[in-house]
Amino acid sequence: MSSEFFFQSITQLAAALEGKTLSSIELTRAVVARTKAVEGRVHAFNSVDEPDALAQAAESDARRAAGQARGPLDGIPIGLKDVIAVAGQPLTASSKMLANFVSPYDATVTAKLKNAGAVLWGRLNCDEFAMGSSTENSAFGPTHNPWDLTRVPGGSSGGSAAALAAGEVLAALGSDTGGSIRQPAALCGVVGLKPTYGLVSRYGLIAFASSLDQIGPFARTVEDAAIVLGAIAGHDERDSTSFKTEIPDYRAELKKRTGPWRLGIPKEYFADGLDPEIGAAVEQAIAFYKKLGCEIKEVSLPHTRYCLDTYYVIATAEASSNLARYDGIRYGHRSKNATDIVDLYFQSRAEGFGAEVKRRIILGTYVLSSGYYDAYYLRAQKVRTLIRNDFLAAFREVDALITPTSPMPAFKIGEKADPLALYLCDIYTIGVNLAGLPGINVPCGFTKSGLPIGAQIIGQPFRESELLAVAQAYEQAHDWKTKMPSL
Amino acid sequence: MNYEAVIGLEVHVQVKTRSKIFTRVGAGYGHEPNTLTDPVVLALPGTLPVMNKAALDAVIKAGLLLGCEIAPVCKWDRKNYFYPDSPKNYQISQYDQPICLGGSVEIELLGSARNVMGEHKKIPLTRIHLEEDVGKLNHGTSDSLVDYNRAGTPLMEIVSEPAMHTAEEAYAYLTSLRATMIYGGISDCDMEKGQLRCDANISIRPIGEAKLGVKVELKNLNSISFVRDGISHEIKRQLAVVERGGTLMQETRDFDGMTGTSQSLRTKEMAHDYRYFPDPDLMPVKVDEAWKQKLRAECPELPFDKQRRFLADYLLPYTLTSVLVWDRALADYFEEAAKLSGKPQAVGNWIVNDLLREIGVAKIALTESKVQPAHLAALVQLVDTGAVLANAAKEIFVEMFATGDQPDAIADRRGLKAAPTDASELEQWCRDAIAANTKALAEFKAGKDSAINAFKGPVMKASKGKANPKLVDETLRRLLGTM
Repeated sequence: MSSEFFFQSITQLAAALEGKTLSSIELTRAVVARTKAVEGRVHAFNSVDEPDALAQAAESDARRAAGQARGPLDGIPIGLKDVIAVAGQPLTASSKMLANFVSPYDATVTAKLKNAGAVLWGRLNCDEFAMGSSTENSAFGPTHNPWDLTRVPGGSSGGSAAALAAGEVLAALGSDTGGSIRQPAALCGVVGLKPTYGLVSRYGLIAFASSLDQIGPFARTVEDAAIVLGAIAGHDERDSTSFKTEIPDYRAELKKRTGPWRLGIPKEYFADGLDPEIGAAVEQAIAFYKKLGCEIKEVSLPHTRYCLDTYYVIATAEASSNLARYDGIRYGHRSKNATDIVDLYFQSRAEGFGAEVKRRIILGTYVLSSGYYDAYYLRAQKVRTLIRNDFLAAFREVDALITPTSPMPAFKIGEKADPLALYLCDIYTIGVNLAGLPGINVPCGFTKSGLPIGAQIIGQPFRESELLAVAQAYEQAHDWKTKMPSL
Repeated sequence: MNYEAVIGLEVHVQVKTRSKIFTRVGAGYGHEPNTLTDPVVLALPGTLPVMNKAALDAVIKAGLLLGCEIAPVCKWDRKNYFYPDSPKNYQISQYDQPICLGGSVEIELLGSARNVMGEHKKIPLTRIHLEEDVGKLNHGTSDSLVDYNRAGTPLMEIVSEPAMHTAEEAYAYLTSLRATMIYGGISDCDMEKGQLRCDANISIRPIGEAKLGVKVELKNLNSISFVRDGISHEIKRQLAVVERGGTLMQETRDFDGMTGTSQSLRTKEMAHDYRYFPDPDLMPVKVDEAWKQKLRAECPELPFDKQRRFLADYLLPYTLTSVLVWDRALADYFEEAAKLSGKPQAVGNWIVNDLLREIGVAKIALTESKVQPAHLAALVQLVDTGAVLANAAKEIFVEMFATGDQPDAIADRRGLKAAPTDASELEQWCRDAIAANTKALAEFKAGKDSAINAFKGPVMKASKGKANPKLVDETLRRLLGTM
């Protein structure tokens, strides 16, 4: 077995653990050592708890020795974005507001991963309250892209993507509100899946925009993503928006689904502003599917041009209300300079929130205010329905859609000072959230300068099995995943 | 110019459920501060609300009791405002689609005398919606503490149309509404525990004018009498302002029931923009016919309907019904004893005069009384058959209340039964009594029936009070008939 356990897939490692050629303690120690070696350059984590991780690994080994191993994730170190609650661990949302907050409870996904035997390793950096596309909005400093440390890893789940690409975790959870899993996965060259809205419980996920947020996995391979998804999906009575649906064995389903598929190419996703190298790579991926025998069909999603506007009305409106609870009264940052209760709110929030969070709270407050609600929020909800209908119409003709994930490869840290320029990073991913669909990023090459490129495959609601199968067909015929960043 | 007042009430009623409205932690009053909390109540990062169906059941039931139209879908909105008693800084409520629309509260105004039924009116309702209660602030000298025990308790807001014109109507409205909620098992409506809270919207306008005047919202009406006093005071205040040529301002005023004064809290310009929008964390809930039907079946008869029935079916006097019907348990008690004994009025009298007195003295609830409906029915029958005399029955009742023994057993044990009849002895006493009063005999024979009473006293005296009055009456009539 290679000493570089940390670059292997869960599938490989689970086999080694199962065959007892490797213990979870050894694996976890390797991951901890790797983290110590590269973290100074990558800064993927907000915090780590080495004794806790080693204790979890020891428990996993004890279970296995007793013949009570719990499946492929038992003993595998997995990182969680710092917006997902883990009992007894910090939960900061990369914000000064929650810098000292420790969660007293587990998110549902956390409890499910613990139940599957995973070793939870570290709290992963992100844009503050998951608002951003570069992880530069973290109050604890930016994460660096392992492929080029001067560049961003994407965001908001940049820490999750970078930690996986750098070998600091073997899989990670992120959250995706407008592309926050798929876009950093593309920029860091890993698989990232945003499940159908309602497939994975949001209980214990710090809310950014409730009707758009969804937790999903980052993994090295599509099969690994299927394994993690299987562990975290399912109805949760603590989340009224979680859907009552049968959860298949996604890993087993992968083997049963071999295509060919009818694949749609939405013409609006290949328009101006797309980096030519990315365009070419995605075209090659499409050509691959054609060669595989898939029917390739151009489709139109005519309301695509309204996606960004619609998103920034709905997401900010919900955020303005969701973030109202951070007031310095019960927990979180409390200003020491306040003179009365109103001043306490003003000062605590002024000191605790960063610029982008404030910008979105102000925007969201504005669009909900009396006299503007109909013109903005209500209209945005109507447009949202039209956007969803576009997708559903396309799915009457095709099984899945293929698009670029990001219009650009990883950019330099500090390069995009204009918030509106940053908002354009999510131009291809936002529609999927507005429509509540599943979407996956699959690595599909590198730019000439060596930066990863990703293709996005968009599936039908609750048909993750099919989506994963489409993605895996491409993945297995290419060897992008064998290339690792040199750190 | 003559003015009339126009009053609308906004009443908040806490729904009696075991757990809170959006999480499983228990709901209740009088617990140690911040013990009825959990991550959801405290709005910790990442928590989500999940609707408690029992709370929705209760408000639908309230709507059915008050004749409201029940919305086909229960939809939730967020009402956004910052205040430390509100953990999320938004309140989950219902904005544009309340669960209940329309309906009315029947009220009774004071009658011309205590034993005369007053005028009945139906005060129309605008809407009823469900929301979550907030926590409680306790202000100290240098700081304020928050207790979140109350936060998340299901709370109904019942909004009336501006259709009342006097403080007395408002008082009657609250009394009736409270009884209805208690009857339906929806709330205990204890105002001291904040289970029922009332705000009043008050305006005045020249009589004959259709347009409403400038509205003042009166807050902190912490008891039903404060509601009456506060409204009364506010109407007088508004009339005084208008009479001296002043202008009324749309504002919210705080009424102090102890001093009987009010002061302005805020004016219209300071009104909140609550930025209502549908809560994305909660799915709308469909309320179908079967659901409503099931709840309709659980709805009890309302007090005024019961009163009409008691008057018609049991021929009770108004004063008795007006005591019996307002407490559902008492009304049920009455009906059971009335049916067992076949003597509703006697049962009603015993309950109102004796049972309620003893319960009051003992400071116990009706359910704790050892005198069960069957006991009371048995006692009423003993009196009716003449086996026990009225004064003896009173003694028996007191002992029955203390011991729970059967009245028959008590009467035997205490020697309180009317004397065993020795027909010849009784007949002799009767003959003596008639012979001793020729004047009454003549009157009786002349057709004055009540003259018979003149003979009864001497007979009872001769029997040392133990003769059965019914037998005395029969014997006297038999003898008189032969004379």
